Amino acid sequence: MNATMSRRPTMNSKVRDEVSVAIDIRDVVKVFGAPPVEVRALQSVTLDIRDNEFFTLLGPSGCGKTTLLRLIAGFEAVTDGVILLYGEEIEDLPPNKRPVNTVFQHYALFPHMTVADNVAFGLERLRLPEPQVRESVAQMLSLVKMESFAGRRPNQLSGGQQQRVALARALAPHPRVLLLDEPLSALDLKLRQAMRGELKRLQRDTGITFVFVTHDQEEALTMSDRIAVMSQGELQQVGTPAEIYQRPENRFVADFIGAANLIPARCVEVEGEKATCTWLSGERVEAVADKGCRPGVEVALFVRPERLALGRASGDGHGQVSDATYLGSSILYEIALPNGTLVRVSRPAEDSEAYQPGDEVRLHVPVGQLRVLST
Amino acid sequence: MSSAGDRERRALRLYGLLPSWLVIGIFMVGPILIMAVVSVLEANVFGGVHPRFSLEAYRQILFVYDLFDRLEFNPAYLIIIGRSLSLALIATLICLLVGFPTAYYMSQQTERRKNLLIFLVTIPLWTNLLIRTFAWIIILGRNGVIEAPFRGLGWLQEDATLGLMYSNFAICVGLAYSYLPLMVLPLFASMEKLDTRLLEAGSDLYASRVDLVRRIIVPLTMPGIIGGCILVFVPSLGAFIAPDLLGGGKKLMLGSLIQFQFATARNWPFGGAVAMVLLALVVLLLVVQARSAVRQERQAEESLSK
Repeated sequence: MNATMSRRPTMNSKVRDEVSVAIDIRDVVKVFGAPPVEVRALQSVTLDIRDNEFFTLLGPSGCGKTTLLRLIAGFEAVTDGVILLYGEEIEDLPPNKRPVNTVFQHYALFPHMTVADNVAFGLERLRLPEPQVRESVAQMLSLVKMESFAGRRPNQLSGGQQQRVALARALAPHPRVLLLDEPLSALDLKLRQAMRGELKRLQRDTGITFVFVTHDQEEALTMSDRIAVMSQGELQQVGTPAEIYQRPENRFVADFIGAANLIPARCVEVEGEKATCTWLSGERVEAVADKGCRPGVEVALFVRPERLALGRASGDGHGQVSDATYLGSSILYEIALPNGTLVRVSRPAEDSEAYQPGDEVRLHVPVGQLRVLST
Repeated sequence: MSSAGDRERRALRLYGLLPSWLVIGIFMVGPILIMAVVSVLEANVFGGVHPRFSLEAYRQILFVYDLFDRLEFNPAYLIIIGRSLSLALIATLICLLVGFPTAYYMSQQTERRKNLLIFLVTIPLWTNLLIRTFAWIIILGRNGVIEAPFRGLGWLQEDATLGLMYSNFAICVGLAYSYLPLMVLPLFASMEKLDTRLLEAGSDLYASRVDLVRRIIVPLTMPGIIGGCILVFVPSLGAFIAPDLLGGGKKLMLGSLIQFQFATARNWPFGGAVAMVLLALVVLLLVVQARSAVRQERQAEESLSK
C-alpha cells in the first residue's frame, strides 16, 4: 500500500473507520511561514493508522515526521486537509482537549515536581478523585519499574529513568493514542536496545495505539507493526517491516532501510510481473517488475547484499573482490564489476570459502531476487 | 612551600579585593554608619547635631512628653509606618498583576522584538522621576485627562471633582508606575528561561491555560517573582516623591517623613532614627524571605529522602 493507493473514496470508508482506524489522515498539508519564506513541511499526506497497532513514522531529519506528530497532538494547526481521531475531526480542538498524549524527545518532565506529581499531572487535570489518582500513579510507576523513585525530582534521575517517567506520565491518563517523538534518541545504545523491547511490551500490555517517530531504521524494523517511510514531506511507502525491507517501492526506501544494491540497468521487455533487463556489460537478466517499468526505460535493479551469492566457476556476472570486511556473523564483500559498478555481497562468516581482495569471483543472483525500481 | 603559597594567596585575596572593599565601604556601609551615628546624637535646632549621645530620637517615634512631662504613647508615627507598609504592598501587587502578563508576552516574542520591548520598558528610567510623577498630576488631577471628558459631557459639575488626586489611590498608582520596570525586568529574565516544551507537555496533559499559569509558569518563575517584588516593595516603602506629589503631603509615608526631618524640620537624629527603622523593616523582610526559601528547600530534600 502506498500513498496513492490508500487514498480511498470517503463513502465506503465510513464503516471501516469506526471499526479499526485510530487516526485517519487525509490530504494533510502543512506550510510554515508566509509566502516569501514558505516551507512546505508536509506535501499532501494521506494515511491510516489502525487501532491498537505500533505504527512508526520513519525518515531522515526534516522529512516531516515530527511535524505530522505535532499536528496529531495539536501543537500545530494543519494548513489543509483533515485529521480524524476514531472518526471525529480534531483539528479545532486544542491539545488539552485531545485524547492523545505525547512522550517528548527530551522528555519535558516538570522540573519543579516529583516523579509522582509528574505522573499525576494529567490525571489531576482530568479531575479524577484523589484516591484514584494515587492508585493510578502507583500502577503506572510499577508498570515502568520506577516505584522506588516516586519522591525524586527529574534532575536526580538518569536519562533512562527520565524516559520511563515520561512514559508513565503520558500513559497514566489512558490516552487512546500515544505519540512518541524520538523518545530513545537521547539514550545510549545499550539502553536504547533494552527500551525497544520494553516499549513493545508496554504497547501490547496497554492495548493503546502507539505512533512512534524515529530516524533509526533498525528501531522501526524491530518494534513496528507497520511503518510509514517519509522523505521531504511526502509518504514514500507504508507497510509491514517485512514488506518495506523485502519489497521497497522506490530507490529512496530501498536505500534508507538496511543495505541495498541499486545496479543501473535498462528495461527491455515487460510481461506482467516479469521484466527482462540488460545490465552490466549487456547481459540479460530477469527481475520482478514494478509499475513504472516500460521497455527502454533506465531503471535500477534492487537486491539486498545477503541475497547474492559468490562462486568461482559460474554465475550471472564476474568481478573482482575490492574489499572484504569481517563483521563477526558475516563478511561483507565489495565486488567491483567490469563497468565500475560496486556491488555489496554479505555472506555468513562460516561459509566454506572466504575470498580475499583481488580474487576474481562470479556473482550468483538467485531467481526472483532482483526487483526493478523505476523511481 | 605550600604554606608560603597559601600565604601568598591569602594576601592576594586581601589586597586584590581592596578596591571592592573600598567601594562597598565608601558607597554603601559608610553612609548607613553615619546615619546610625547621627540617629543616636542630640539634635541641633539649626540643623546638624551636637556630638552628645542620646536616644531621644528613638523615643520620639513611639512616645511624646505630655503637658506634665510624662511619657505618653503616640501612635502617629506607627500609623505612618503601617500606611507605608500597606501602600508599598498594594503597589507591589499592582506591579505584579500588570508586570506578569507583560513579561510573559515579551518573553514569547522573537529575539529582535524582545530587545525592542526591553528598550521600551526601560525608557521611563531615563528621565527624572519627579517629572514623570508630575505627569500623573496632569492625568489624575482636577480637569486632568480623566476628569476632562466627564466634565465635557456634563456629568461632573463645575466645582466638583472625582477626587482621584491626593489619595491613597493616587499614591499607589504613582508607586506602581515608578517601579513597574523593576518588576518586569526580573520577571522577563526568568520567563525567558522557561522551556516552552514544558507548556506543550502541560497542555498535552489536559492543562487549561489557567492550569498552565498556576501549575507551571508561576512555580518555575518564582525566583523572578520574588526578585521583582523585593525590587518594587523596598523602594516603594522609602519613596517620597509619589507620596508628596500625588498624596499632597497629607498622607505621610516613611520616605516623606525622613525627607521632611532633614530638609525642613532640621531634626537630623529623628530623621536618622526613622531611616534606621525603615532599614530594619527591609532587612527583616529579606531575612524572612530567605528563611522561607531555605525551609522550602529543606522540605524538598526531606521528601526526597523518604
